[in-house]
Amino acid sequence: MSEKVLLRFEDISADLTDISQYVADGGYQATRKAICEWSPDDLVAEVKDSGLRGRGGAGFPTGLKWSFVPKDSGKPIYLLCNADESEPGTFKDRVIIERDPHQLLEGIIIASYAIGCHDAFIYIRGEFADGYDIVCKAVADARREGYVGEKLFGTDYSLNVHVHRGAGAYICGEETGLIESLEGKRAYPRIKPPFPAVQGLFGCPTIVNNVETLACVKHVVAKGAAWFKSIGPEGGPGPKLFCLSGHVRKPGVYEAPMGIGLRSLINDYAGGMLEGRTLKAVIPGGSSVPVLRAEETDIAMDFDSVVAAGSMLGSAGVIVMDDSTCMVHALRALSHFYHHESCGQCTPCREGTGWLEHIVSRVDDGEATEDDLARLDSVAGGMLGNTICVLADAAAMPVQSFLSKFRDEFAAHVRDGGCALKGSGNVSGKVPGRAVA
Amino acid sequence: MPKVTINGRELEVPAGTNLIEAAETADQEIPHYCYHPGLSVAGNCRMCLVEIKALSEKQSNPLPKLQIGCNTIVQDGMVVESDNERVRDARRSVLEFLLINHPIDCPICDQAGECKLQEYYMDYGRYGSRFALDDKVQKRKVIPVGPAIMLDQERCILCTRCVRFLDEVTETHELTITERGDHSELSLATGASVDNAYSANIVDICPVGALTNRDFRFQARVWYLDSADSVCAGCATGCNIEVHSRRGSIYRLKPRANADVNGYWMCDAGRFTHEDNDAKGRLQTSLIREGGRFIDVEYTVAVRRAAAGLKTAGSVGIVAGAGAALEEAFLAAKIQDLLGGGPRIVSSPAISEVADDGRLVSTDRFPNRRGLKALGYEEATVLGSSVDALLVLRADPAGDDEAWTERLEALHSAVVVSDRVSDTTGFADQVLAIGSHFECDGAFVNRDGRVQRFQAAVPAPGTAVAGWEALAALLAALGGPAYDGHSDVLDSLLADLRDDSLISASATGG
Repeated sequence: MSEKVLLRFEDISADLTDISQYVADGGYQATRKAICEWSPDDLVAEVKDSGLRGRGGAGFPTGLKWSFVPKDSGKPIYLLCNADESEPGTFKDRVIIERDPHQLLEGIIIASYAIGCHDAFIYIRGEFADGYDIVCKAVADARREGYVGEKLFGTDYSLNVHVHRGAGAYICGEETGLIESLEGKRAYPRIKPPFPAVQGLFGCPTIVNNVETLACVKHVVAKGAAWFKSIGPEGGPGPKLFCLSGHVRKPGVYEAPMGIGLRSLINDYAGGMLEGRTLKAVIPGGSSVPVLRAEETDIAMDFDSVVAAGSMLGSAGVIVMDDSTCMVHALRALSHFYHHESCGQCTPCREGTGWLEHIVSRVDDGEATEDDLARLDSVAGGMLGNTICVLADAAAMPVQSFLSKFRDEFAAHVRDGGCALKGSGNVSGKVPGRAVA
Repeated sequence: MPKVTINGRELEVPAGTNLIEAAETADQEIPHYCYHPGLSVAGNCRMCLVEIKALSEKQSNPLPKLQIGCNTIVQDGMVVESDNERVRDARRSVLEFLLINHPIDCPICDQAGECKLQEYYMDYGRYGSRFALDDKVQKRKVIPVGPAIMLDQERCILCTRCVRFLDEVTETHELTITERGDHSELSLATGASVDNAYSANIVDICPVGALTNRDFRFQARVWYLDSADSVCAGCATGCNIEVHSRRGSIYRLKPRANADVNGYWMCDAGRFTHEDNDAKGRLQTSLIREGGRFIDVEYTVAVRRAAAGLKTAGSVGIVAGAGAALEEAFLAAKIQDLLGGGPRIVSSPAISEVADDGRLVSTDRFPNRRGLKALGYEEATVLGSSVDALLVLRADPAGDDEAWTERLEALHSAVVVSDRVSDTTGFADQVLAIGSHFECDGAFVNRDGRVQRFQAAVPAPGTAVAGWEALAALLAALGGPAYDGHSDVLDSLLADLRDDSLISASATGG
């Protein structure tokens, strides 16, 4: 395994949340270099050249996104760090925030400088109580040390960093929902276009970047685009954090080169499957993406390879399921989540997520008919692609993929009036309650 | 202007037009719930999904996802299909989603007959329920949210038209969406009540039966209502309205869109002006004074007596209310001219306790002051002393000011033309009973100088006749010209009007 960059804290004994130890370890040199030696345009070009693609889920090229900010709007430009990590199976940003927050802050400062932003916001998930305290302290420390504030490093460049704690809704992680929330409104995602780069927070040009993306920005500056590009595939290189959860021996966050094999992640990093169990299925990119059967998992984990395999890298939340897993029950947990988290703005998602959960629950409880299975597929189809944001897709895609890839298991539930695996050590044994008002 | 092809038909529409509006110019409907031309685009109902086959001249590739018509602005060379199988399928899905948690209590819903859920179901229904009844989300019904409005949360499809109206038009923010997902509810903001001056417009724009008018609930099935195009007489703004009636009774007033006057809205004060139309005090028949007492007569008898009285007078003055129609004021002036001319005054006060609100409410609570002034009427509260006969037209000088009493008593002749009993009718020698403005054809000139026609919506009570008809008869009885019906009167008065500041009737569509 190669040298860790994003998870450097694992390799050294220093406490990187302590700014003096962070600086002693070479911290804030990249920021100094960026602001003192580089022009904003150089930075945008360097990030473009690095091939860095957004780590929040969509994989949009970061440098390209930055270049969409209009230069002559006459309005303030904002950088928002999306730290509202809430995708089930995803917990990588949390590790950066809690263990190496200055790495993130460097990325924020550099990105702000590159796009001409003087007020950056960190929108942090409400449940990240510790993370919030840590990041607030990091910002205060950085301000005290002169890395944030007026005239950084003796230049004319000034930057304020604000931390805003969310109130606990998944939809606030959708970038325009996040913007609405930050403006003090319900987090109803906005219709695009206009995109935030043109009209975002308070109607001003705004870039929203994920925590890990911004952390990568620091390393692109520190080590150069050429170094970044040398890691992993050309179409989306760089170091990457993977969140391994489920039936593996050592669940956790692992840093590996983009393009690492999914099997290697499970076996070499996460210690393989639990004793005596065999792999049944993997959701490779957080709960929203299509599931892969065991025989489909011999793939490289990078944006394009996972798409080619019929799923998506998404947030790289790798949910591993073994042969004890009831796929109907697993889907029920997911459907419950999306029902609970739909903001309710668009008709198909508002009404469809609940309907899906009801039907999946009936299948799980052995009360469904053959018609219900066809209905599941059709209801999901009516949601897919027909809403303002992709939450409806995130709810519909697992349903359709579980159904098509594990059709026999769903059919058996209908035929046998329940689950053959019940009581056999099913790990997701807790039945989510039906959503209530 | 950009050219867009919708369903194979090329249309040229102004830049900035969205697809719903563009299709409308060719009489093609793109179904929608949340879009309203007077409000911002929300894009949440997803009913107006269409397929973009080509985005523009330059980008001629089809878009992979269906797009919402409300938020898609036409571009030159855009090619759109709004009625193919893919689109129809998506609409069927959206409508099914809208209905799974809807109570479908159409038989007892006031919106039935003018409900967009019912309407679109004809075209995009699944006609077979796939939803388990036990799964329905139940919400609260019968929630008074303001003095005029009742909310049924179950019927609400959360399109947010009402929320946007209260945010963007009145800026009063009483309603909001609370909870989330399929438990989302339209709710009152804490401590709020929807009682602003324009509250009832949210009932008009509600595409379903979630918001209903408390005074109209369970009063009529809308398909039995007749509709007449009219103009609100509540103030000088002259909002364009529809008068909905059945069997001679008015049930409700609805705003009629006119971008030049009222947009899509009307105020609550105007909306409820019909309430005293049936009230007591309406004149059922014309009257003449006979031996100190009034007796009921056919209006032709009253007209004959009035003509005789006026003919023998020295000088005839006119006191008109600014609620008189243009035709009425015109004919009264003709009568006066025939009798040798005299003073004409508008007795209604121009300023009231109600302030101009910068929107639709005007401090002048009368609809036709501009019209009367254009016909030579002057604002005054007294008449010259030479006047010994009076034609009182839709005015109540005695009720306005007691000083008039003495003057009225001393007259040689007093003819009152009115739709209701008043203090002044008590001093009349003849009373010509006429209909209210809801009962007559006519025209008003609003505060901007716009000539706006209105239609009789219901018949006048008893033997009362239209104002123009009574006055035309009086003019003829005095030997003046005879007019051939209402349009003849209107045509000649418009030809007579020499006021360049007026905006012609033809330009209003009113």
